[in-house]
Amino acid sequence: MENAGIMTIIISAILVNNFVLSRFLGICPFLGMSKKVETSVGMGLAVTFVMTMAGIFTYFANQYILIPQNMGYLKTVMFILIIASLVQFVEIVLKKILPSLYQALGVFLPLITTNCAVLGVTLLNEQYGFNLLKSVIHSAAAALGFTLAIVLFAFIREQMETSDIPEAFKGFPIALVTASLLSFAFLGFQGII
Amino acid sequence: MDIMKIIWPVGSLAALGLLFGAALAFASQKFAVAVDSRAEAIDAVLPQANCGGCGYPGCANYAQAVVDGEAIDLCSVGGLPVATEIAKIMGVETIGSGQRMVAKVKCNGGTNCKDDFHYQGQPGCLAKSMVAGGPKACKDGCIGDGDCVAVCKFDAIHINDHGVAQVDADKCVACKMCIAACPKGIIGLVPDSNRAHVLCSNKERGPQVKANCSVACIACGLCVKACKFDAIHVIDNLSRVDYDKCVNCMQCTKVCPTKAIEALIPKRRRTDPRPTDVATEAGVSVEE
Repeated sequence: MENAGIMTIIISAILVNNFVLSRFLGICPFLGMSKKVETSVGMGLAVTFVMTMAGIFTYFANQYILIPQNMGYLKTVMFILIIASLVQFVEIVLKKILPSLYQALGVFLPLITTNCAVLGVTLLNEQYGFNLLKSVIHSAAAALGFTLAIVLFAFIREQMETSDIPEAFKGFPIALVTASLLSFAFLGFQGII
Repeated sequence: MDIMKIIWPVGSLAALGLLFGAALAFASQKFAVAVDSRAEAIDAVLPQANCGGCGYPGCANYAQAVVDGEAIDLCSVGGLPVATEIAKIMGVETIGSGQRMVAKVKCNGGTNCKDDFHYQGQPGCLAKSMVAGGPKACKDGCIGDGDCVAVCKFDAIHINDHGVAQVDADKCVACKMCIAACPKGIIGLVPDSNRAHVLCSNKERGPQVKANCSVACIACGLCVKACKFDAIHVIDNLSRVDYDKCVNCMQCTKVCPTKAIEALIPKRRRTDPRPTDVATEAGVSVEE
């Protein structure tokens, strides 16, 4: 992965190794926020912003603090600290500058802190040994993959609202079955890289 | 043991924490948003039904909207008492008529109405109405699958014995959810104090309507002639009550040949002494 081209990284992060459907990261918001298409788009955009920023910040923290001091064991703690601070910052700024978007995102915004896809992408950046440019691109592409998955899933769930579902499958069971089928579908991208 | 192995991790984490903390503190000052305490106070007096009847997603959103200049009497659940409380908080006069409104399904068809075809498919009024306007012969009739029942958060609307949705006026809070859910658009708000309602929405001509449904308004105009208060009119082949003028005399319900005008007699207020007694004393026979 270290020597992978930029296009390869993008396609890999969005389709082949889709964070939700292949790596199974960020399942909580994927299931929780996908009841309506609008909210899922909002969630996807908020995650995209936080993931990209986290990709940049954690690259610097890793490169200039962790590696020189040989403190690799601290990266989870430090990355979480960075992500939590970023989410807080985004929340404060959005509340002031774009109250309407802040309203629309509601509780999803602070929930991004606990979105393991964000931590996952920062750890993977480090693991793959990406440089700054590749880290940013990989983070953004992973976030777009997350957005793609959650929006697709929201469209399907909106369709299911009008379907005649057996009583035992109503609600989360059918959502989980659907998610697994969607995951199967994304398995079809496996060979393209 | 190298003391630096402890100092570096602790120090760097603490430094980063302090740095981010300071940045957040600075940001929260720089981007501070003044929160109006009145919004919280209003939210506290709202019923917290979060029904959306006011047009806002929830009670908290409506509370904020009031502070931003929205009307204070939009909460149909709380009604006048809540509007008065909000008026106190906002320091304005109570406005609004205080007239209690309830939803009314303007159809009494159900089993009185013929079916055009036998429907087999997805249940639900919306799904049925998409197939040639639904199985009912009357295309403005209640389908009776209960889309309105499903959206009502107050257990105030049910499908009655003959397959028509009926509103329980005592429980209804006029949140308009059923009105939005009905694919036929035959639910409307009416004043709770009014007792005579035309339970039909069909605008087809009399003979056509009559062929399909035995309790439909056939636009014969007898009610118009019977009304002494100019409170009922036939518009577009459908009799309509003017609720501002109606005095609940119930003359229209008596003359209606198809009984399409509902008379909520049991809920009419009785005067004391009971009118039958007075009439009997005066030697007049009274129809009950």
